Amino acid sequence: MSFLNFLISGISLGSIYAIIALGYTMVYGIAKMLNFAHGDVIMVGAYMCFFACTKFDLPPVVGVILAMIVCTVLGMTIEKLAYKPLRAATSLAVLITAIGVSYFLQNAALLLWGSSPVVFPNFFKSVSGETGFALFGGELRVSYVALVTIVVCVIIMAALSIFIGKTKMGKAMRACSEDKDAARLMGINVDATISMTFAIGSGLAAVAGVLLCSAYPTLVPTTGSMPGIKAFTAAVFGGIGSIPGALLGGLLLGVIEIMAKAYISTQMSDAAVFAVLIIVLLVKPSGLLGKQVREKV
Amino acid sequence: MKNVMVRMKTSRQQWITYAFVIAAYIVLQILSGQKVLSSTARGMLVPICAYVVMAVSLNLTVGVMGELSLGHAGFMSVGAFMGTTAAVSLQGVIASAPLRLAIAMAVGAVFAAVIGFLIGIPVLRLRGDYLAIVTLAFGEIIKSIFTNLYIGIDSRGYHIRFLQAPENLEEGGKLIIGGPMGIGGVQKIATFTGGFILVMICLIVIFHLVNSRTGRAILAIRDNRIAAESVGIPVTRYKMTAFVLSASMAGAAGALFALNFSTIAANKFDFNTSILVLVLVVFGGLGNMLGSVIAAALLTALPEALRSFADYRMLIYAIVLILVMLATNNDDFKALLRRVIPGRKEEREDA
Repeated sequence: MSFLNFLISGISLGSIYAIIALGYTMVYGIAKMLNFAHGDVIMVGAYMCFFACTKFDLPPVVGVILAMIVCTVLGMTIEKLAYKPLRAATSLAVLITAIGVSYFLQNAALLLWGSSPVVFPNFFKSVSGETGFALFGGELRVSYVALVTIVVCVIIMAALSIFIGKTKMGKAMRACSEDKDAARLMGINVDATISMTFAIGSGLAAVAGVLLCSAYPTLVPTTGSMPGIKAFTAAVFGGIGSIPGALLGGLLLGVIEIMAKAYISTQMSDAAVFAVLIIVLLVKPSGLLGKQVREKV
Repeated sequence: MKNVMVRMKTSRQQWITYAFVIAAYIVLQILSGQKVLSSTARGMLVPICAYVVMAVSLNLTVGVMGELSLGHAGFMSVGAFMGTTAAVSLQGVIASAPLRLAIAMAVGAVFAAVIGFLIGIPVLRLRGDYLAIVTLAFGEIIKSIFTNLYIGIDSRGYHIRFLQAPENLEEGGKLIIGGPMGIGGVQKIATFTGGFILVMICLIVIFHLVNSRTGRAILAIRDNRIAAESVGIPVTRYKMTAFVLSASMAGAAGALFALNFSTIAANKFDFNTSILVLVLVVFGGLGNMLGSVIAAALLTALPEALRSFADYRMLIYAIVLILVMLATNNDDFKALLRRVIPGRKEEREDA
């Protein structure tokens, strides 16, 4: 039964990675850049929700929505100020800028909110008095957080697939990721589309931040960086640019991490995750579900 | 003609850099001899040398080779731990501290070069963002390994354990690397002169490399990989040369850095350190070694000088990092600069 317990916490962690990975994969698919600051947007989202719910006693749902709004605006602002002027620059320059933005967010948070960790409230405990329920005579414990995380992840995936596949904006996104110049000739506003991508990715990051901190309740200004890097790993694992790939990569990575923690060693679980990334990139650089792009001379 | 101009420019930059480093060394040596420098300032000299070496070696990878490495602190870590192990092992054998320091730096450099070679095999097959992320991954893996590595020494030789301390060390045996605790109770044998010599060696090696046939090949690969490949330049081999060289210098810097402190843990060499070194390189200018030297010296010394400012330091680093990238890569920004600073346009076209 302990294996099933680990599997559930792995899937729940993987769902969080998958939601974060969506932000990476969409931005990479459309703007062809690695948004290093994405992980720190998660942290900002978590802090927003924390303040809304503890300082102002707002209900959790309002807190989450508030966090989403703040992160959406933040994501669009970052894109406008830091990334848009570099649309024509080399990927090295963009990546260094993104690292700069990530550092900026972390240190701004450090100055604003201090380095001492805050304990994120468990919303389910305050609602029902319990953190989870037990099955099979107490052998299998499922926390409400894990359950909600998985459900939210499924809903987001479904909604996003419909959005990308059926709506006009989704079509514009697909066109931009295929060929920006051609899309522009067809009358698509490429800048607005990219901005929209950042908005969606950052809004989802806020949700991921709240879920992450509900499961692992210590919140510090660097909370987002490690999950951010791991979620990027997940996005690459699944094939960057592919939305089902982000889901698959996230889930697999979450399960691998929890299993490595349980059966190999707690300290080496990060190393195991990164080893997976390296192996995937070497064996199949386009990821599990990604498509091979040929380089044109 | 143009080629000759470029070569004259690089060789001029080379001599200016040497002169700057030697002058700085002499001035600082006199100042600390005259007791003008405070003890904190003197304590900064060796870390400054270590960061200068880190910056110029990373500049070789990022500026000259054009690939972003986010795991440079990993090589520093390898050099620090292996170099210290060597220094501690030789404590009873070699009495001369400078010689032990030299051996420690050499051992650090060799180990880091080997690790750099092993990492380079998979990493250099990748490109761009993927390469950056994989170097980051390797840096984290190295950190995880050293956080869980225990090396003890006694009369029977080395005891290397993973995840647990060696339990049966003999009397008089010593635990050199203590897992999460890192290295403890080591003699501080690093000196400013040792650091200065390391900086000079690294600069000479890098300038010779850049001005050689290999260096031109590396520059060609940076500017257009496909074109370089099509004229028969073996891309991976040249990249590997630069990468291994860069790693070995970082290793030597790590040994120097670690031997300046009595205790040091693997956590010191994390992702943030890699980013800090990258900031130094970007501040100094990609591919500009003198810039890296000055940036490393200033930015390592400044936080000590401006203690009260320390809270805002990283924030300012971040803002400057973004602004420097915007200023050097955005056309509108560049046009603005050209209007503000007359004569800049001609200079750019010359280069």
